[in-house]
Amino acid sequence: MASLTISEIRKWFGTNEVLKGVSLAVEAGEFLVLVGPSGCGKSTLLNLIAGLETITSGEIKIGDRVVNNVKPKDRDIAMVFQSYALYPSMNVRKNLAFGLETRGIHKDQIEKTVKRVAAMLQISELLDRKPSQLSGGQRQRVAMGRALARDPVIFLFDEPLSNLDAKLRVEMRTEIKELHQRIKTTIVYVTHDQIEAMTLADRIAVMKDGIIHQFDTPQQLYDNPSNIFVAGFIGSPSMNFIKCKLVKKAKELSVVLENRKGDSFLLPVGKADKSLEKWIDGDVILGIRPERIATGFHEQEGNPQIHEIECAVEVLEPTGPDTLVFVNINGGKVTCRVSPHAAKLPGESMKLMIDMSKALLFDPETQNRIGR
Amino acid sequence: MRGREPVMVGERSTGAVIGRIIVYSILIVAALYFLIPFFVMAMTSLKTMNDIRTGNLISFPREFTLDAWGKAWSSACTGINCEGVKGYFLNSVQMVIPAVIISTLIGAVNGYVFSKWRFKGSETIFSFLLLGCFIPFQIILLPMSQTLGVLRIGQSIFGLIFVHIVYGLPFTSLFFRNFYVTIPDEIIKAAKIDGAGFFKIFWKIILPVSLPIFVVAIIWQTTQIWNDFLFGVAFSGSDSQPITVALNNLVNTSTGVKEYNVDMAAAIIAGLPTLIVYIVAGKYFLRGLTAGAVKG
Repeated sequence: MASLTISEIRKWFGTNEVLKGVSLAVEAGEFLVLVGPSGCGKSTLLNLIAGLETITSGEIKIGDRVVNNVKPKDRDIAMVFQSYALYPSMNVRKNLAFGLETRGIHKDQIEKTVKRVAAMLQISELLDRKPSQLSGGQRQRVAMGRALARDPVIFLFDEPLSNLDAKLRVEMRTEIKELHQRIKTTIVYVTHDQIEAMTLADRIAVMKDGIIHQFDTPQQLYDNPSNIFVAGFIGSPSMNFIKCKLVKKAKELSVVLENRKGDSFLLPVGKADKSLEKWIDGDVILGIRPERIATGFHEQEGNPQIHEIECAVEVLEPTGPDTLVFVNINGGKVTCRVSPHAAKLPGESMKLMIDMSKALLFDPETQNRIGR
Repeated sequence: MRGREPVMVGERSTGAVIGRIIVYSILIVAALYFLIPFFVMAMTSLKTMNDIRTGNLISFPREFTLDAWGKAWSSACTGINCEGVKGYFLNSVQMVIPAVIISTLIGAVNGYVFSKWRFKGSETIFSFLLLGCFIPFQIILLPMSQTLGVLRIGQSIFGLIFVHIVYGLPFTSLFFRNFYVTIPDEIIKAAKIDGAGFFKIFWKIILPVSLPIFVVAIIWQTTQIWNDFLFGVAFSGSDSQPITVALNNLVNTSTGVKEYNVDMAAAIIAGLPTLIVYIVAGKYFLRGLTAGAVKG
């Protein structure tokens, strides 16, 4: 178990800057998830931590040791790959033992370790099989076992669940989390799936175009995203972004929403303070999550931040526990999450409650969060 | 629907049967076309000279005799030498075995580097190496003989081995590279993290899965080198001529009567090793050639 400190890392591939000054500090035992759309540089960052690529500038520290020029095998890390990368000619036992053998560990010790790891991951009965005789989930376990057998100070996971089917992915996700709670080794985990990121991470670094947009706990990312990209990337269905005018009325700021019929609603967004002054009578982007627009909320009586609007239903998407209702506000599509029995049919008008306590405002130019 | 289905099947299978018959007829005709010359050779080699003079080309021998084979092997004259093709056959064996092994092994390492340890300029080097596949061998006869002279291995089996290794490398490197690019890079990364280096990864992880492509490279190289005539005639000394050159000399040496049966026996002897290699390992050859096409 070791901490990981990354300072101002840059990586160029030819004339292409893939990482543009990335800094992260991960505490020992922490579960860090790097998440972002494909091409954001998250896998490159992981390869740099592993030492499979060399950094152009910056510094990587594992524990107190700068590892910029340390070979992968001497970094005391283990990695699990998306394609599992099991050695095809070796059976499971040899796959687990390979890393130990190359390090010249004594045979008895290797035997013991393989047994322990196999028992831990419930693959003891598979030890004599070749990778080609295993199912996807079993290969995944063996790949994790190979990493575990080495007992490294940091685990690196490169989209380890992407090749599994949906059901297995959810199961393995839970297993990885349990595993981390048991062994408490530092983990750096790369994924493009925000749900995986949210469920697994102690802290998440949201990346795009080679920079980290936000590095925070899952709940903070969800509640207080620092810009539109993070707000839209985290959460499913995605947050609604509604372009609207910010107006000042009696020391209170409000945004103006308008449905397709032309009825307009004034929704207060808090006291007028200096930070928002610049945008008064100008356009802002209101960010509000679908579950904050519903037919009703618990303890809504007397809550001054819940407001009613009326909109015509355009499309319905039942998901089971909730139904997603799409309405049109300010000319854009807005998703609302309502209880199934309350959903009206397309074309019908529907009363919706908006909880503005979690509403966010963004600058339409810079896309950054404003106010509060 | 139930009534129609058998009719449909019947119609389709009639068509299919006719199709099959056509396909098989063409294949059989093609096979015969290729086999008839060999049949003539084999029959002629088993005949006596008398039989050849009086009978016709494709008839069976009136009496089977292995005399021609014996003569071709140990007493037929090539030029002024009358010791058969035995010595030259052994020359070819001595040339082919090391040349095939070395060019295949180096090709394997080359392919491993070009696919898994790429470095700056490795693609350029690889394309230059590939040019070697397209160079007509006549072009390099003179420069190569100079090179062999400088290396002091001209007119010897070592010289022939050297030439065949050099001109086999473009092919073997290409075969191995194309095979190894289908092995996921992540396996190499995993092995690096596991602490294995260049040769350990090659030895423990790459080689154990390389059998199909080794068979391809070995068959290809064996056939090429064994059948080579040009290098053999240009670079060998009188005591290091391969069998192909000896066969030519034997056929062209006329002392009175032309012994077709001996010529044919010698020709079959010259062709037998490649035939055997193909029969023994042929199915791996096809499998190896198509191995890259289907991932798995």
